[in-house]
Amino acid sequence: MRRALQATLLHLVLAAVAFVTVLPLLWMVSASLMPAGEATALPPRLVPSAVTLEHYAALFRRLHLARALANSALLAGALTLVSLLLNSLAGYAFAKLPFAGRERLFRLLLAALVIPGQVSMLPLFLMLRELGLINTYWGVIVPGMASIFGIFLVRQYALSIPSSLLDAARIDGAGELRIYWSLVVPFCKPILVTLAIFTFLGSWNDFLWPLIVLTDDDLHTLPVALANLLGEHVQDVELMMAGAVLTVLPVVVVFLALQRYYIEGIMSGSLKE
Amino acid sequence: MTRPGGWRDGAGASLGGRPRWMNPAYGFVMPALLAIAVFFFVPALASVLLSLTDFDIYAIASRANLRLTWHENYARLLGDPLFWLALRNTLYFVVVAGPLSIAASLAAALLVSARLVRWKGLFRTVLFLPVVTTLVAVGVVWRYAYHPRIGLLNHALGALGVGPVDWLGDPAWAMPAIILMAVWKGFGFNMVIFIAGLQNVPERLYEAASIDGAGTVAQLRHVTLPLLAPTFLFVAVMTAIGYFQLFAEPYVMTQGGPAHATLSIVLLMYGEGFRWWNMGYAAALAFVLFALILALTLVTLRLRARGPSRELAT
Repeated sequence: MRRALQATLLHLVLAAVAFVTVLPLLWMVSASLMPAGEATALPPRLVPSAVTLEHYAALFRRLHLARALANSALLAGALTLVSLLLNSLAGYAFAKLPFAGRERLFRLLLAALVIPGQVSMLPLFLMLRELGLINTYWGVIVPGMASIFGIFLVRQYALSIPSSLLDAARIDGAGELRIYWSLVVPFCKPILVTLAIFTFLGSWNDFLWPLIVLTDDDLHTLPVALANLLGEHVQDVELMMAGAVLTVLPVVVVFLALQRYYIEGIMSGSLKE
Repeated sequence: MTRPGGWRDGAGASLGGRPRWMNPAYGFVMPALLAIAVFFFVPALASVLLSLTDFDIYAIASRANLRLTWHENYARLLGDPLFWLALRNTLYFVVVAGPLSIAASLAAALLVSARLVRWKGLFRTVLFLPVVTTLVAVGVVWRYAYHPRIGLLNHALGALGVGPVDWLGDPAWAMPAIILMAVWKGFGFNMVIFIAGLQNVPERLYEAASIDGAGTVAQLRHVTLPLLAPTFLFVAVMTAIGYFQLFAEPYVMTQGGPAHATLSIVLLMYGEGFRWWNMGYAAALAFVLFALILALTLVTLRLRARGPSRELAT
C-alpha cells in the first residue's frame, strides 16, 4: 500500500517535470499554428482557436526558408559523410595498426581537446579567405572534415576488434583497405551510427561558424536565417515560431528515430575515458 | 600463428621488407591528421602571432598595414572595462548555471532511475529532448516566453501573485533569465551520464545498506553520491568548458544587453573580430578564454589525482 502510494507520487512528480520540460516546445508548435496575432493576445492562449499553416507557407513562399533548409541538410549531410570516413579510418588505425609515435600522437590529440574552437577561428577565417572559401559551402565543410572527438570515439570501440580476425584476413590475402571496408566498418557499425548522429546534430545546430563564414543570404543555414529573420519579424510571433519549428523538427525526428544509439553513445563515451 | 611480414611486432617495424614510410597505417591516419593539423593546429598557433599584432580592417585591405605590437593587445584588454564586464558575466554564468544544471541533472537522473519508476525510457527521452534542439530556435521561443507583457512566464508568476518581471530588459534579471534557459536546454545531457553512473552502482551495496537499516536518504548520502563522485568531476569540468563558450543565447535573446549585462567573452570576441575586424585584439580575447579553460582543466586533473579511485564507477 505504502509502496503503491510512493510509486504514484513518484510518477506524478516525474510527469510534472516532463511536462514543464516540453512545455516550451509544445508552445512553439501550438503558437506556430495560430492565426496572426493570437500568440500575443491577452490572456495568452495555449491552444490555437483555429489551426492555420499560413506562417509555414509564408516561410517558404515569401521568405525563402526552403533554401536555408536545403543548405542545412546539404552541409550537415556532407559533413557527416566526410567526417565519418576520415575519423573511422584514423580511429581504426590508432587502435589496431601500429606505427611509429602512435601513442604519443594520440596523447597529443587528446590534450588538444582543451583548446576551445574559438582560438583557431580568427586565423582560420583569414586562411579560408586567402583560399577563396569564405562564402562557399567548403568554408563550413573543410574545418569539420575530421574531429579529435570522432577519432577518439572510434578508437575506443575499435580496440575491441579481435586481432586474430584481422590477421586471418591478411593471411587470406585481403588488402588493408579491403579489411577496413568489409571487417572493420561492419564491426564498428554501432559507434559509427552514434558518431553520425552526433555529427549531424552538431553541424545542423552549429551557429557561430556558419554565421561567420556564410555571409551571403543564399548560403545561410537555418539557424543563421532564423536569427536574421528575428531582426525584421520580431513582432510576428507566430511566424517566428513556425521558423523555430522548421529548424528544430528535422533534428528532433533524427533523434527520436535513432535515440537508442545516441543516448547509449553518450553513456559509453562518458565512462570509457 | 604466423604473422604476415611480422609487421605487427611493434611500432615502426617495417612491413615485409618495405620501407617504414610505406606502413599502410599512415595512409589511414593521414587524411584526418592533415585536416586537423591544417584547419585546427596551424590556425590555433597562428592565433598566438595574431594576438601580438594590430591586425585590423586596414590589414585586411593590405598586409603592409600590419605591425607587430607585442603585448599591446593584452595591455589594452586589461584597461578595457568591457573586457572586465564580459569576464565577470561569463564567470557569473559558469559559476551559477554550472552547479544549477548539474543539480538539475542529478535530481532528474535519481528520479528517472528510481526502482519504482516504470516507462524509464520514455521519461529519459522526454527530458533529453531540449538537448538536441537548435539553440537559436529555442532561444527565439524563450525570448517570447520572457516577454514582460505577453510572455508565459510572467503569466504563470502573475497567477502566483508575483509581479511582472522585465526578464530580458532589466540588467539585474537578464543573466538569470539566460541561465534558466541554458539549464533547461542542457540538463538532459548530464542526466544521461548520471543515469549511466547510477546503473554502475552494484545492487549489493544497496542491499547491504538496507540490511544495516539505512533508509532512502541515508542510502543516497552514503552509497549513491560517494560512488558518483568521479562521474561528478567529469561532468563538472565538461559542463564548465561548454559554459565558458557562452555565445548563441545572448546573441539571440539580448545581443549582450541590456547595459552589457549579458555580454560574454565569446560575444565580445565575435563583435571585435568579425564585426569591427579588430582581429589582433579578438585573438587576445580568445586566448583569455583558452587560459581560463586550461586553468580549470589543470585544477580538475589535480583534484582527480587526489580523489577516490575511479574503479567502481567505470
